[in-house]
Amino acid sequence: MRIVNLKVNGVGKTFIARPETTLLLALREQLGLTGAKRGCAQGACGSCTVLLEGEPVVSCLVPAVTVDGADIATVEGLADGPALSHVQQAFLDGFATQCGFCTPGMIMSAEALLDRNPDPTRDEVNEAISGNVCRCTGYEPIVSAILDAAVRRREGAKL
Amino acid sequence: MPRVNPIDSDYFKDERPDDKFSVIGKTVQRSDALGHVTGRTEFFEDRTFPDLAHVKIHRSAHHHARINSVDVSEALRVPGVLRVITHRDVPSNWYMVLRLIGIEPNDEPVLAEDRVLYKGEPIVAVVADSEAAALEGAARVKVDYTVLPAVLDVEAALAPDAPVIKQAGTNYFVYEGHHARRLRFGDVEQGFAQADRIFEWRYSSAPIEHAPTETTGCVVVPQSSGRLLIHSNTQAAFFTLDNTALILDRPFTDLQVKGGTVGGGFGGKVDVMVEPLACIAATLTNRPVKFVYTREEEMQVSSPRAAERIYIKDGVMNDGRIVARKVMLYVDSGAYSRHSPYGTTKACAHLPGPYTIPNVYADCHCVYTNRTPSSAMRGFGVTIADFALESQMDRIARALEMDPLQFRLKNAYRDGDLKAHRKVAEGTALIEVIQRAAALVGHELPEEYQAMSSRGAGA
Ligand code: FES
Ligand code: FES
Repeated sequence: MRIVNLKVNGVGKTFIARPETTLLLALREQLGLTGAKRGCAQGACGSCTVLLEGEPVVSCLVPAVTVDGADIATVEGLADGPALSHVQQAFLDGFATQCGFCTPGMIMSAEALLDRNPDPTRDEVNEAISGNVCRCTGYEPIVSAILDAAVRRREGAKL
Repeated sequence: MPRVNPIDSDYFKDERPDDKFSVIGKTVQRSDALGHVTGRTEFFEDRTFPDLAHVKIHRSAHHHARINSVDVSEALRVPGVLRVITHRDVPSNWYMVLRLIGIEPNDEPVLAEDRVLYKGEPIVAVVADSEAAALEGAARVKVDYTVLPAVLDVEAALAPDAPVIKQAGTNYFVYEGHHARRLRFGDVEQGFAQADRIFEWRYSSAPIEHAPTETTGCVVVPQSSGRLLIHSNTQAAFFTLDNTALILDRPFTDLQVKGGTVGGGFGGKVDVMVEPLACIAATLTNRPVKFVYTREEEMQVSSPRAAERIYIKDGVMNDGRIVARKVMLYVDSGAYSRHSPYGTTKACAHLPGPYTIPNVYADCHCVYTNRTPSSAMRGFGVTIADFALESQMDRIARALEMDPLQFRLKNAYRDGDLKAHRKVAEGTALIEVIQRAAALVGHELPEEYQAMSSRGAGA
């Protein structure tokens, strides 16, 4: 058992973790942040994607004790009150979510992509979400929504 | 905004005197989308309960075996293990979803008793304080088997010398005294005799797993009233409620199912696989209990779409009219019925496809094998039959050197035609759909085909 400190969506959090506690289960069961989902618990589906120091990781494979002191971003931290992030709004407007189970992970992968590459090509979007499985949409609306979000972000930045 | 093809409302206008669509053809936002993009949608596993216990399963290592003995003593010694559940703890140890509509016989034990009929069949459930302890406990259950010969192919299962794997005495579901769901219309042999050409081919498909991103699961919470509250990701809350109550041998009013939020289903979350055991575990321990499939379980033991094998024999005239069609169709139900007897009936109801054929003969078999039980999946029964039927249509058109759309139009059913099931066709639109699809892709049809109508020459 170890005490772990994290900064989650900008807020300091402290909890006790066993060696085998994953970041995913710590977020979901100890910090009450259930946006990240468990689809496989083996790094294969991307439903549990969160940002660790700005980089997307599959949180089901990250032991919580190994990231003591880190900065974590989850889907819950994206909206500013009722104002959604550009990616969230583009997913909503572009019908890029059906059952919604892959959506939080997909959105976090998209946020990370646009943070480092504000004007990605379609291929770069495909690459960025290649670790996120969606069984409902067929991906097309998701890829289009991410490209749409990139435009909205760039235009937002110009305002 | 997504592309939405505008609705062409010119077709069949006179059938809709008051032609005001308020939703069709418009873009309407899903009511749950805001929750999805903010991560606030509550899936069943997003609820946490103090003192939650976990269920994991010890499963059959063989396709077909007799169980000589089950030893749970080591499982009970694993720290954190609270209980083991065997078939003796299940009040009514039968799962038969279709009994709700009067289908018999009961054929699937909730937990295996003296035999297992497929690899992965549940034998013992272990309840523990943690998921890890439940897994460890399940791994420590010891089962002594006598391995029996397995049947893994639908036609092999029906061979006269095949081992009979089902206690009901046949390796097929019995439809009102018959070996198959049958369709008889006209005289198919006479149709073949008068045909210019005969075409016969075989089609087969493999099982298909739905692989939803969220695995099958539930959390059952005992209420102070004595009722059990079931948070489930079922696609069919009332199947869950009714079947669970029957297995628990308790009144339906003892259970409350909260569902409706499903992380992908596609038919794979229609069967009632986790709730009965979670309810028994919750009752025995008086604690909230979670039973959720691992990804491996979802892939290995959740019901896939059935594998099918389909033989189609057609008698066709040189001008492209089909005068006889015979179909022998085999649905691999796997070890147990689940929804497959119903899916096989659907397949039969779909034959001979949307075509008017004067002589039709079909036997649709729901066959038991030692494979994972198959069940519902998007259009099951119809989907694979259509793959076979439409592949057959393309191959015949090619053999006759006919345009495949013209070949279909020539045989398309129309309003007023008598179908093989002795129902008069109405509301047909196949001809118009083909005409429109041809126009959309720039496939030119001769004048006489463009002039055709579902209203039918004969109607
Ligand atoms: S749950 Fe982490 S990748 Fe699937
Ligand atoms: S929306 Fe269902 S898995 Fe992507």
